[in-house]
Amino acid sequence: MIKNEIIRILLADDDKDDRTDFIEAFETLKIATTVETVKNGIELMKYLNEPSTIIPHLLFLDLNMPKKSGLECLVEIKKIKKLKNLTLVIYSTSSSEKDIDDTFLNGANVYLKKPAHLIVLKKTLLHILTIDWQYHTSGLNRENYLLHL
Amino acid sequence: MIYYLKYDVQAICKRLVQEQLQNLGINYSLLNTNELDINQALPNDFLHALNSNLVKLGIEIVSSQKSILVQKIKDAIMELVNQEDKLILSKTSHYLAKILNHSYRYLSGTFSEITYTTIENYIILQKIEKAKDMITAGELTFTEIAWKLNYSSVAHLSMQFKNTTGFTPTLFKKIITQKKNNLILDTVNK
Repeated sequence: MIKNEIIRILLADDDKDDRTDFIEAFETLKIATTVETVKNGIELMKYLNEPSTIIPHLLFLDLNMPKKSGLECLVEIKKIKKLKNLTLVIYSTSSSEKDIDDTFLNGANVYLKKPAHLIVLKKTLLHILTIDWQYHTSGLNRENYLLHL
Repeated sequence: MIYYLKYDVQAICKRLVQEQLQNLGINYSLLNTNELDINQALPNDFLHALNSNLVKLGIEIVSSQKSILVQKIKDAIMELVNQEDKLILSKTSHYLAKILNHSYRYLSGTFSEITYTTIENYIILQKIEKAKDMITAGELTFTEIAWKLNYSSVAHLSMQFKNTTGFTPTLFKKIITQKKNNLILDTVNK
Protein backbone atom coordinates (compact mmCIF):
# COMPACT_ATOMS: atom_id res chain seq x y z
CA MET A 1 0.00 0.00 0.00
CA ILE A 2 2.92 2.31 0.51
CA LYS A 3 4.80 3.23 -2.63
CA ASN A 4 8.44 4.23 -2.29
CA GLU A 5 8.20 7.35 -0.12
CA ILE A 6 10.14 10.50 -0.80
CA ILE A 7 12.81 10.70 1.87
CA ARG A 8 12.58 13.89 3.94
CA ILE A 9 15.83 15.50 4.98
CA LEU A 10 16.41 18.41 7.31
CA LEU A 11 19.72 20.21 7.79
CA ALA A 12 20.58 22.54 10.65
CA ASP A 13 23.69 24.55 9.80
CA ASP A 14 24.61 28.18 10.40
CA ASP A 15 26.93 28.35 7.38
CA LYS A 16 25.15 29.50 4.22
CA ASP A 17 27.67 27.92 1.81
CA ASP A 18 27.43 24.59 3.59
CA ARG A 19 23.65 24.71 3.32
CA THR A 20 23.87 25.44 -0.40
CA ASP A 21 26.40 22.68 -1.05
CA PHE A 22 24.27 20.24 0.91
CA ILE A 23 21.13 20.95 -1.13
CA GLU A 24 23.13 20.68 -4.32
CA ALA A 25 24.54 17.30 -3.32
CA PHE A 26 21.04 15.84 -3.16
CA GLU A 27 19.93 17.19 -6.49
CA THR A 28 21.32 14.49 -8.74
CA LEU A 29 21.02 11.53 -6.39
CA LYS A 30 18.96 8.67 -7.75
CA ILE A 31 16.90 8.42 -4.56
CA ALA A 32 13.95 10.83 -4.34
CA THR A 33 14.37 13.34 -1.51
CA THR A 34 13.12 16.71 -0.30
CA VAL A 35 15.57 18.87 1.62
CA GLU A 36 14.77 21.63 4.12
CA THR A 37 17.29 23.72 6.03
CA VAL A 38 17.32 25.80 9.20
CA LYS A 39 20.01 28.26 10.26
CA ASN A 40 20.56 27.47 13.93
CA GLY A 41 19.57 25.38 16.94
CA ILE A 42 16.76 27.63 18.10
CA GLU A 43 15.11 27.63 14.68
CA LEU A 44 15.56 23.86 14.57
CA MET A 45 13.81 23.13 17.86
CA LYS A 46 11.02 25.54 16.99
CA TYR A 47 10.51 23.78 13.64
CA LEU A 48 10.53 20.29 15.16
CA ASN A 49 8.14 21.23 17.96
CA GLU A 50 5.67 22.88 15.61
CA PRO A 51 2.60 20.58 15.49
CA SER A 52 2.07 21.09 11.76
CA THR A 53 5.64 20.05 10.85
CA ILE A 54 5.94 16.67 9.17
CA ILE A 55 8.85 15.01 10.94
CA PRO A 56 11.72 14.33 8.54
CA HIS A 57 13.34 10.92 8.15
CA LEU A 58 16.85 12.26 8.68
CA LEU A 59 18.21 15.28 10.51
CA PHE A 60 21.70 16.49 9.71
CA LEU A 61 22.96 18.53 12.62
CA ASP A 62 26.00 20.77 12.60
CA LEU A 63 27.79 20.71 15.94
CA ASN A 64 29.13 24.25 15.96
CA MET A 65 26.18 26.57 15.85
CA PRO A 66 25.83 29.82 17.79
CA LYS A 67 23.16 30.30 20.51
CA LYS A 68 22.32 26.59 20.69
CA SER A 69 24.90 23.97 19.74
CA GLY A 70 24.26 20.75 17.88
CA LEU A 71 24.97 18.76 21.02
CA GLU A 72 22.41 20.73 23.06
CA CYS A 73 19.84 20.12 20.33
CA LEU A 74 20.71 16.42 20.26
CA VAL A 75 20.13 16.06 23.99
CA GLU A 76 16.80 17.88 23.74
CA ILE A 77 15.65 15.88 20.73
CA LYS A 78 16.31 12.56 22.45
CA LYS A 79 13.74 13.54 25.10
CA ILE A 80 10.92 14.14 22.63
CA LYS A 81 8.75 11.08 22.05
CA LYS A 82 7.43 11.96 18.62
CA LEU A 83 11.02 12.25 17.35
CA LYS A 84 12.10 8.78 18.38
CA ASN A 85 12.33 7.44 14.85
CA LEU A 86 14.21 10.44 13.53
CA THR A 87 17.66 9.45 12.34
CA LEU A 88 20.21 11.82 13.84
CA VAL A 89 23.28 12.56 11.76
CA ILE A 90 25.95 14.75 13.26
CA TYR A 91 27.48 16.65 10.38
CA SER A 92 30.61 18.39 11.44
CA THR A 93 34.04 19.68 10.44
CA SER A 94 35.37 18.34 13.71
CA SER A 95 37.21 15.05 13.91
CA SER A 96 37.97 15.26 17.61
CA GLU A 97 37.52 11.95 19.35
CA LYS A 98 35.71 13.65 22.20
CA ASP A 99 33.14 15.17 19.85
CA ILE A 100 32.61 11.83 18.17
CA ASP A 101 32.24 9.93 21.45
CA ASP A 102 29.94 12.61 22.88
CA THR A 103 27.62 12.50 19.93
CA PHE A 104 27.19 8.74 20.00
CA LEU A 105 26.87 8.61 23.77
CA ASN A 106 24.14 11.23 23.52
CA GLY A 107 22.16 9.17 21.06
CA ALA A 108 23.20 10.21 17.56
CA ASN A 109 23.00 7.50 14.93
CA VAL A 110 25.52 8.74 12.40
CA TYR A 111 28.66 10.82 12.62
CA LEU A 112 29.63 12.36 9.31
CA LYS A 113 32.70 14.49 8.89
CA LYS A 114 32.01 17.22 6.32
CA PRO A 115 33.96 16.18 3.21
CA ALA A 116 35.94 18.73 1.25
CA HIS A 117 34.52 17.75 -2.12
CA LEU A 118 30.99 17.69 -3.41
CA ILE A 119 31.53 14.37 -5.15
CA VAL A 120 32.59 12.69 -1.92
CA LEU A 121 29.60 14.26 -0.16
CA LYS A 122 27.21 12.90 -2.79
CA LYS A 123 28.66 9.43 -2.48
CA THR A 124 28.50 9.49 1.31
CA LEU A 125 24.95 10.84 1.36
CA LEU A 126 23.82 8.07 -0.97
CA HIS A 127 25.42 5.54 1.35
CA ILE A 128 23.69 7.03 4.40
CA LEU A 129 20.31 7.20 2.68
CA THR A 130 20.58 3.60 1.54
CA ILE A 131 21.38 2.30 5.01
CA ASP A 132 18.82 4.55 6.62
CA TRP A 133 16.14 3.33 4.25
CA GLN A 134 16.75 -0.21 5.51
CA TYR A 135 16.14 0.99 9.07
CA HIS A 136 12.88 2.56 7.97
CA THR A 137 11.68 -0.45 6.03
CA SER A 138 13.16 -3.59 7.53
CA GLY A 139 12.52 -3.24 11.25
CA LEU A 140 16.17 -3.16 12.24
CA ASN A 141 17.12 -2.29 15.79
CA ARG A 142 17.52 1.47 16.08
CA GLU A 143 19.29 1.13 19.43
CA ASN A 144 22.23 -0.35 17.55
CA TYR A 145 22.06 2.13 14.70
CA LEU A 146 25.54 3.62 14.78
CA LEU A 147 27.47 4.65 11.72
CA HIS A 148 30.76 6.49 11.54
CA LEU A 149 31.74 7.94 8.20
CA MET B 1 18.32 -3.74 38.18
CA ILE B 2 18.37 -3.85 34.41
CA TYR B 3 17.21 -7.00 32.63
CA TYR B 4 17.93 -7.80 29.01
CA LEU B 5 14.97 -8.83 26.92
CA LYS B 6 15.04 -11.26 24.03
CA TYR B 7 12.20 -10.99 21.52
CA ASP B 8 10.66 -13.80 19.50
CA VAL B 9 9.60 -11.44 16.77
CA GLN B 10 7.61 -13.96 14.74
CA ALA B 11 5.49 -15.00 17.69
CA ILE B 12 4.87 -11.41 18.79
CA CYS B 13 3.77 -10.27 15.34
CA LYS B 14 1.50 -13.22 14.81
CA ARG B 15 -0.17 -12.55 18.15
CA LEU B 16 -0.68 -8.87 17.37
CA VAL B 17 -2.25 -9.62 14.00
CA GLN B 18 -4.52 -12.26 15.53
CA GLU B 19 -5.73 -9.78 18.15
CA GLN B 20 -6.47 -7.13 15.54
CA LEU B 21 -8.42 -9.52 13.33
CA GLN B 22 -10.33 -11.04 16.22
CA ASN B 23 -11.32 -7.55 17.41
CA LEU B 24 -12.72 -6.80 13.98
CA GLY B 25 -14.54 -10.11 13.83
CA ILE B 26 -12.95 -11.09 10.53
CA ASN B 27 -12.90 -14.66 9.37
CA TYR B 28 -9.28 -15.44 8.48
CA SER B 29 -6.41 -17.90 8.38
CA LEU B 30 -2.87 -16.86 9.25
CA LEU B 31 -0.50 -18.99 7.22
CA ASN B 32 3.06 -19.66 8.32
CA THR B 33 4.50 -17.95 5.30
CA ASN B 34 3.46 -14.49 6.59
CA GLU B 35 0.39 -14.73 4.43
CA LEU B 36 -3.02 -13.73 5.64
CA ASP B 37 -5.95 -15.39 4.00
CA ILE B 38 -9.19 -13.50 4.60
CA ASN B 39 -12.16 -15.74 3.94
CA GLN B 40 -14.63 -13.01 3.05
CA ALA B 41 -14.81 -10.04 0.73
CA LEU B 42 -13.62 -6.87 2.45
CA PRO B 43 -14.59 -3.40 1.28
CA ASN B 44 -11.58 -1.22 0.42
CA ASP B 45 -11.92 1.27 3.24
CA PHE B 46 -12.19 -1.59 5.72
CA LEU B 47 -8.89 -2.95 4.44
CA HIS B 48 -7.44 0.53 4.71
CA ALA B 49 -8.58 0.83 8.33
CA LEU B 50 -7.13 -2.58 9.15
CA ASN B 51 -3.84 -1.59 7.57
CA SER B 52 -3.78 1.70 9.52
CA ASN B 53 -4.21 -0.15 12.79
CA LEU B 54 -1.52 -2.63 11.86
CA VAL B 55 0.89 0.09 10.74
CA LYS B 56 0.65 1.66 14.22
CA LEU B 57 1.93 -1.66 15.54
CA GLY B 58 4.71 -1.79 12.99
CA ILE B 59 3.00 -4.30 10.73
CA GLU B 60 2.08 -3.57 7.16
CA ILE B 61 -0.09 -5.20 4.52
CA VAL B 62 2.09 -5.42 1.45
CA SER B 63 0.16 -5.31 -1.74
CA SER B 64 2.13 -4.48 -4.83
CA GLN B 65 3.52 -7.54 -6.60
CA LYS B 66 7.05 -6.20 -6.49
CA SER B 67 6.84 -5.25 -2.83
CA ILE B 68 5.52 -8.69 -2.01
CA LEU B 69 8.42 -10.32 -3.81
CA VAL B 70 10.93 -8.05 -2.07
CA GLN B 71 9.42 -8.92 1.28
CA LYS B 72 9.71 -12.61 0.46
CA ILE B 73 13.34 -12.14 -0.50
CA LYS B 74 14.00 -10.35 2.79
CA ASP B 75 12.24 -13.08 4.74
CA ALA B 76 14.29 -15.75 2.96
CA ILE B 77 17.47 -13.85 3.74
CA MET B 78 16.50 -13.51 7.41
CA GLU B 79 16.00 -17.27 7.58
CA LEU B 80 19.42 -17.85 6.06
CA VAL B 81 21.13 -15.42 8.41
CA ASN B 82 19.35 -16.78 11.47
CA GLN B 83 20.22 -20.38 10.77
CA GLU B 84 22.83 -21.43 13.21
CA ASP B 85 24.11 -24.04 10.75
CA LYS B 86 26.85 -23.09 8.38
CA LEU B 87 25.30 -20.90 5.77
CA ILE B 88 26.87 -21.13 2.38
CA LEU B 89 26.79 -17.63 1.01
CA SER B 90 28.22 -18.49 -2.34
CA LYS B 91 25.10 -20.50 -3.04
CA THR B 92 22.67 -17.81 -1.86
CA SER B 93 21.73 -16.87 -5.40
CA HIS B 94 20.82 -20.47 -6.21
CA TYR B 95 18.93 -20.84 -2.95
CA LEU B 96 16.85 -17.69 -3.47
CA ALA B 97 16.16 -18.44 -7.12
CA LYS B 98 15.04 -21.93 -6.20
CA ILE B 99 12.71 -21.15 -3.32
CA LEU B 100 11.22 -18.03 -4.88
CA ASN B 101 10.92 -19.53 -8.30
CA HIS B 102 12.39 -16.64 -10.26
CA SER B 103 15.73 -16.07 -11.93
CA TYR B 104 18.27 -14.46 -9.64
CA ARG B 105 18.59 -11.68 -12.16
CA TYR B 106 14.91 -10.83 -11.82
CA LEU B 107 15.08 -11.07 -8.03
CA SER B 108 18.16 -8.78 -7.91
CA GLY B 109 16.66 -6.21 -10.21
CA THR B 110 13.37 -6.00 -8.34
CA PHE B 111 15.09 -5.95 -4.97
CA SER B 112 17.38 -3.07 -5.92
CA GLU B 113 14.57 -1.08 -7.44
CA ILE B 114 12.46 -1.21 -4.30
CA THR B 115 15.09 -1.15 -1.54
CA TYR B 116 17.80 0.99 -3.13
CA THR B 117 20.35 -1.63 -2.19
CA THR B 118 21.56 -4.97 -3.50
CA ILE B 119 20.73 -8.43 -2.17
CA GLU B 120 24.40 -8.96 -1.34
CA ASN B 121 24.61 -5.71 0.65
CA TYR B 122 21.37 -6.52 2.41
CA ILE B 123 22.69 -9.91 3.50
CA ILE B 124 25.82 -8.28 4.89
CA LEU B 125 23.70 -5.68 6.66
CA GLN B 126 21.58 -8.38 8.31
CA LYS B 127 24.64 -10.35 9.39
CA ILE B 128 26.19 -7.26 10.92
CA GLU B 129 22.89 -6.47 12.63
CA LYS B 130 22.99 -9.91 14.18
CA ALA B 131 26.59 -9.35 15.21
CA LYS B 132 25.54 -6.09 16.87
CA ASP B 133 22.73 -7.84 18.75
CA MET B 134 25.14 -10.48 19.98
CA ILE B 135 27.68 -7.86 21.02
CA THR B 136 24.99 -5.91 22.87
CA ALA B 137 23.80 -9.04 24.65
CA GLY B 138 27.36 -9.41 25.86
CA GLU B 139 27.39 -13.17 26.28
CA LEU B 140 29.63 -14.30 23.44
CA THR B 141 33.23 -13.53 22.57
CA PHE B 142 34.03 -12.07 19.17
CA THR B 143 35.45 -15.42 18.16
CA GLU B 144 32.17 -17.15 19.02
CA ILE B 145 30.19 -14.49 17.17
CA ALA B 146 32.37 -14.82 14.08
CA TRP B 147 31.89 -18.58 14.15
CA LYS B 148 28.11 -18.39 14.61
CA LEU B 149 27.79 -16.04 11.67
CA ASN B 150 30.00 -18.17 9.50
CA TYR B 151 32.92 -15.80 9.12
CA SER B 152 36.22 -17.52 8.42
CA SER B 153 37.88 -15.61 11.27
CA VAL B 154 37.43 -12.75 13.74
CA ALA B 155 39.52 -10.66 11.38
CA HIS B 156 37.03 -11.26 8.60
CA LEU B 157 34.13 -10.31 10.85
CA SER B 158 35.96 -7.20 12.03
CA MET B 159 36.69 -6.16 8.50
CA GLN B 160 33.12 -6.48 7.36
CA PHE B 161 31.88 -4.88 10.57
CA LYS B 162 34.17 -1.90 10.06
CA ASN B 163 33.27 -1.56 6.39
CA THR B 164 29.59 -1.56 7.23
CA THR B 165 29.51 0.60 10.36
CA GLY B 166 32.78 2.48 10.47
CA PHE B 167 33.50 0.93 13.87
CA THR B 168 35.57 -2.02 14.90
CA PRO B 169 33.55 -4.51 16.96
CA THR B 170 35.65 -3.52 19.98
CA LEU B 171 34.87 0.17 19.69
CA PHE B 172 31.21 -0.55 19.03
CA LYS B 173 31.06 -2.67 22.15
CA LYS B 174 32.74 0.08 24.15
CA ILE B 175 30.19 2.67 23.06
CA ILE B 176 27.22 0.39 23.67
CA THR B 177 28.53 -0.53 27.12
CA GLN B 178 29.07 3.09 27.98
CA LYS B 179 25.57 3.98 26.85
CA LYS B 180 24.15 1.21 29.00
CA ASN B 181 26.17 2.42 31.99
CA ASN B 182 24.97 5.98 31.46
CA LEU B 183 21.42 4.68 31.39
CA ILE B 184 21.96 2.88 34.68
CA LEU B 185 23.46 6.01 36.22
CA ASP B 186 20.51 8.08 35.03
CA THR B 187 18.07 5.58 36.52
CA VAL B 188 19.96 5.47 39.82
CA ASN B 189 20.14 9.24 40.04
CA LYS B 190 16.41 9.77 39.55
